[in-house]
Amino acid sequence: MQRLFFSRMAIASSAGIGLEASLDALRERRSGLAPCRFETAELETCVGQIPDERLAPVRADLAAFDCRNNRIAQLCLRQDGFENAVIESRERHGAGRIGVFLGTSTSGILSTELAYRRRDPASGALPPDFRYAGTQNSFSLAGFVQSYFALTGPAVAVSTACSSSAKVFGNAARMIAAGLCDAALVGGVDSLCLTTLYGFGSLGLLSASPCRPFDAERDGISIGEGAGFVLLEKSDAHAPPDAVRLLGIGESGDAYHMSSPHPDGLGARLAMERALKDAGTTPQAIDYINLHGTGTRSNDATEDKAVFALFGGDAPCSSTKGWTGHALGACGAIGAIISALAIERGFLPGSVNTRTIDPSMKARYLLENRPARANLVMSNAFGFGGTNCSLVLGRAGG
Amino acid sequence: MRVFVESVGILAPGLAGWAASRAVLAGTAPYRASALQLPSLDVLPAVERRRTGLPVKLAIAVGQDALVGSARSGAELPTVFTSSGGDGEIIQEICVTLAGTERQVSPTRFHNSVHNAPSGYWGIAMQSRAPSTSLCAFDWSFTAGLIEAATQASVAADAVLMIAYDLPYPEPLRGVHPVSAPFGAALLLTRDRDSRSIAGLELVVNRDRSRTSRHDDAGLESLRRGNSSARGLPLLAALARQRPDDVVLEYVAGNMIDVAVSPC
Repeated sequence: MQRLFFSRMAIASSAGIGLEASLDALRERRSGLAPCRFETAELETCVGQIPDERLAPVRADLAAFDCRNNRIAQLCLRQDGFENAVIESRERHGAGRIGVFLGTSTSGILSTELAYRRRDPASGALPPDFRYAGTQNSFSLAGFVQSYFALTGPAVAVSTACSSSAKVFGNAARMIAAGLCDAALVGGVDSLCLTTLYGFGSLGLLSASPCRPFDAERDGISIGEGAGFVLLEKSDAHAPPDAVRLLGIGESGDAYHMSSPHPDGLGARLAMERALKDAGTTPQAIDYINLHGTGTRSNDATEDKAVFALFGGDAPCSSTKGWTGHALGACGAIGAIISALAIERGFLPGSVNTRTIDPSMKARYLLENRPARANLVMSNAFGFGGTNCSLVLGRAGG
Repeated sequence: MRVFVESVGILAPGLAGWAASRAVLAGTAPYRASALQLPSLDVLPAVERRRTGLPVKLAIAVGQDALVGSARSGAELPTVFTSSGGDGEIIQEICVTLAGTERQVSPTRFHNSVHNAPSGYWGIAMQSRAPSTSLCAFDWSFTAGLIEAATQASVAADAVLMIAYDLPYPEPLRGVHPVSAPFGAALLLTRDRDSRSIAGLELVVNRDRSRTSRHDDAGLESLRRGNSSARGLPLLAALARQRPDDVVLEYVAGNMIDVAVSPC
């Protein structure tokens, strides 16, 4: 399939707003997780929350899209020169030739939760100022971003729980290969809301302390919010020689259970195998794996089984959820961007909060940050419904 | 972009499966909007079946309807699910719970609230580990699903099953996202023409078109207008007529998609 390169990327999470701030947090081992004070939630858990004062209302002409999810999107679009890069790309390719493929699981459901508190006591009707299409509907994010840049190419929201914003890289690669667009704005945004906080709480999956992926005493996730965007362009003469490239993508299903992963990590392994095959490479060539690593007992154990079965104990790997929390529908894009930074900056992130690696784990899990040249990196994102997606990224000359 | 249709599924009021609906869609039998009866979902284990809501049942049933006309196994086919709104009943129940004082969200409702719930249950039902995606493009979800499935069939897979579904939301959500009647459609698309192909489709994005295809029959036109997934009805009707036709479907950002249908 068409080889694409990361023309520009931008990131925003509780660990950092922008690439440099996020790198600083990684290097200084500064987690973005803190005890939950979100909205009216009364839960003993930690969250990765972007401070409310950083979330300005969306641009006035796009007010119909105003909600926490799109405010996070806008904050991220305005980092790292991303906005200008998209505008330049639009001038180069034309507004109709840039696709928008974005993942989200929450979308703006928080707006609906708040509207339900303001139902008309007599009729039960939602308040007249509630705007469903621009907020809660899963397409809201893609519609907002497409409108933000006045783009008119293909656009769609992928909403496959926690694999959403990894899978969009596949949508972009296929659409560009089929000639429907020449460049693509991909990524994902998820925002804190009561549905995910109380929902994961009901499943007993929230940790009371900051999540500790792969720790012997790990006891659940910390929910995070955030955004990651990547401008993907064709690898042609325009690409810088050391650009990070999207080399492979693997998607699979577990065919097992809605909220528990396959006990042997069968679906996860298939996704990784397919990504390696798509990239035309072997497990031995992978220098680092950014794991899904959410911090639940079963997720980490099954991912470890799948990674060990495929890579043995050789490939360094870690989860960065200890920094950002589990950003659900945005975690695929955030993981891909951290993986790209590992390649660009020669830096393998370890794991914060994790103290003692679970002795039953067999993969080569990194606790400490490590300087290392990484030419080929894998990034994993798995989700409810047994959906799995792995990406392989690499340096052009690698 | 050129692909072939191998088989079709449809479930809606008065349209109980592709075989039973072809004459109605072709215009040789009258359309009567009788209540939709969903077939029993015996492909799912009983414990899973009890947990599923109507959107999951509709999506799986219409996908199975498309498999009837194909020799392919559901275990092997990549799938593209698309819906403008997913499961409104669950959203309603969770939001009512969260607006109250006791915020006891049901764990089953929560894991079923994901937009990819039908895809997850389809995988369990078919024992499929094939790639599957779940899309939303608001009122243009059918077209977005069709384009993604055709793209996959062109560049990534030999055959892809697309499943579009939408059901009425309960009040008060119905007021902000009106869906008039349940509707599900499935298209099994292939890269190459073979002995089972019923039609070729040539898809072109066209910004100059201003008018989407409509139905002369008032009942079918009302169904088309009232449900995002039913915006694909004119394409299904063209496939039922088995005559060359040009169908125009609305797409995102003011685009239209021309679909040239040529029967095999």
